[in-house]
Order: sequence, then structure tokens, then C-alpha cells
Amino acid sequence: MTDLLNRHSFVELGARQRAKALLDAGSYRELIDPFQRVMSPWLSRQGVVPQADDGVVIAKGTLDGLPVVIAAIEGNFQGGSLGEVGGAKIAGALELAAEDNRNGIPTRAVLLLETGGVRLQEANLGLAAIADIHAAIVDLRQYQPVIGVVAGSVGCFGGMSIAAGLCSYLLVTREARLGLNGPQVIEQEAGLEEYDSRDRPFIWSLTGGEQRFNSGLADRYVADDVAQIRQQISELLQQGLPATQRSRQADYYLARLAELDAAPQIEPATVRDLYQGERS
Amino acid sequence: METLSFEFPAGQPPKGRALVGCVGSGDLEVLLEPGTAGTLNIQVQTSVNGAEQRWQHLFQRLFQEQTPPALNIQIHDFGATPGVVRLRLEQGFEELGHD
Repeated sequence: MTDLLNRHSFVELGARQRAKALLDAGSYRELIDPFQRVMSPWLSRQGVVPQADDGVVIAKGTLDGLPVVIAAIEGNFQGGSLGEVGGAKIAGALELAAEDNRNGIPTRAVLLLETGGVRLQEANLGLAAIADIHAAIVDLRQYQPVIGVVAGSVGCFGGMSIAAGLCSYLLVTREARLGLNGPQVIEQEAGLEEYDSRDRPFIWSLTGGEQRFNSGLADRYVADDVAQIRQQISELLQQGLPATQRSRQADYYLARLAELDAAPQIEPATVRDLYQGERS
Repeated sequence: METLSFEFPAGQPPKGRALVGCVGSGDLEVLLEPGTAGTLNIQVQTSVNGAEQRWQHLFQRLFQEQTPPALNIQIHDFGATPGVVRLRLEQGFEELGHD
């Protein structure tokens, strides 16, 4: 009980509060802050109310003394969807961090991913921005780790799940979900018998943080607690670059997938064994 | 979606600015910035059409209790109830005082 009372939930924080909670006290500096009103030019025209920061917070500062840029997506605004402006903010922040490294400043990046992926109202512009984010992660991760955090409750889907896969390290909580397609899209395509998007235990058993960690697709599995999440991110930042980036192990994963018998309904344990293989 | 404008008498502008809330379901985002002495300007962009009178009454009731500081307020509303709007505005005024 005291444990529960002492816990300070990270999932319940908004994007800006999350970034503030991670950075060293007094070091927080926001880039393109909401008062500059760099907003989506497309939402109002389609009758959708915009947000002053387009749902993306870019903050520079230090984390345990290390120079860091944080990109935090606000999951409560349009499902954390990425449009032209929000996407460009993240891509630009990562590109500047890579530039920092080429100029001798070892800026690391932390991405707080709560997103359904591309914002459908901004279609190709959102897709292009997400492609820019992918390229910028691959560039920056040569120098310093890029850490993805999927805390929940939105989860991380679509093109941004690929961004999560490109990160040097990925940290998840029990609330997290990670998948290329969201549950409703899969249900629509595969049918209710195969994939019931309202069956929460079933959805989490396949795409939830614990399952992704046990399948080796995430590097850290952490409780929903600000101090513990911050501690784990700090450790990963100090660890430096991984020996092999996960996305460079495509051959290994493809070989495992080739062994899968897709005929029977897949079980969470089957997925874990498949991905872990001899490592489990 | 509708965009509405309101103006009320006000006191002096505050020093700081504040941002509260989020454009999420049943919530709103409020940006408060120093304005011209004597005037409070409010711009509301809302997903709910035909609610101008409700906003007018809500602001009137809030500002007749005490004269507000001179501000430019921008609101992005995503279907917040009057109760939530009032709480967010009060939170915004409170945060102005902290700066």
C-alpha cells in the first residue's frame, strides 16, 4: 500500500510534464514552444480544432548531466497522431542532435511515443514527416543512443512503431502496446473471430509491453513510476551504443518468421519462443 | 467548428504567461498572455457549434466576481463542459501568479 502511495505515475502525465519529469531540475528548455503557435495549417480547414504545439513537445536539457533532447508526443490530442508540423518538429530535433554530435556535442535523444502513427487528415505530409524521423534516428544513432519510451496508454502504432524499432533501445511499461497496426485495423482486416479489438487481455497478451519485452523486442520493462523510468533511461543513456542495433538483425527475425506455421491461431507463448529462439 | 471572440473590462497586464489543459476529449487548451491594460480579449476555437451564448454567460459569471487581469486568452476547446472550462481558466489565472 505504501508502495502504491509513493508511486508517481508516468502514464498519467501529459507530454510536457513527462519531459519536465525526466530532465534535470532547471535544465528544461522548450524549442518551438506553444506560444510561438506553430500549428497544423490543415486541421482547422477540415473542421478539427488544432493544438498550439501540434501535440509534440521538444525539450532540451540534461539528464543526470548528459545533454539530451526529448521529443514527447501528447497522446490525448488526436490520438498522438503525427502531421506535418508535429512530425517536422521531431525530425528537426533529431537532425539538430546529429549536427550537435558532428560538432563535438554528444546530444542523445529520448522519444516519448504515444501515437497511432500518421494523422489521416494530413495524409502524405504526415507520412513524409515520419520517413524523415526514421532517417534522422538512423543518422543520430551512429553517434549516441536514441531511446524510445512507450509508456501507454495510447501505445505506439503505424509508422511510428517502425521508429520505435529503429531506436537503439526501447523501454516499455505494462500499459504499453506496440504494433504496426492497431487492434481495430487488424479486426477489420482479419475478422472478429481472429482478432477481437475489445478483448483487452487478448490484445495486451499479443502487443502489450510485457509480451514485447519477453519476445526480445524491447530492452527494458519498467513499472509505471516516474523515478524508475527516469533511472532506466539514465542507465541506457550511459550504456552508450548497443553492440548491434535491433533493426540490423532483420535476417535473424526473417529466418524465425519463416519457421512459423501461420495456420493455427497464434498464442503469446508461441510468439515469445519464436522470437527468442535459442536465447529464451 | 466555430471561432468566437469576446472582450471584457480588465485591470493591469500580468508579467508572465501560462498554458493549461490539452485539446483532448472533453478538455480544452488555454493560452494566457499579457494584453493591453484595461482589456481582456478571448478567442475561442471550439468543436461544438452554436454555443456562443453559453461561453458569454460563463465568462460573465466568472469575471463579475472579480476583475480579471489584462490578457489575451486563446482557447482551443474539444467539447469541454462549462465546469471544466471554469476550472481550466481558474488554473490558468493561478499559474500566472506563480511566474
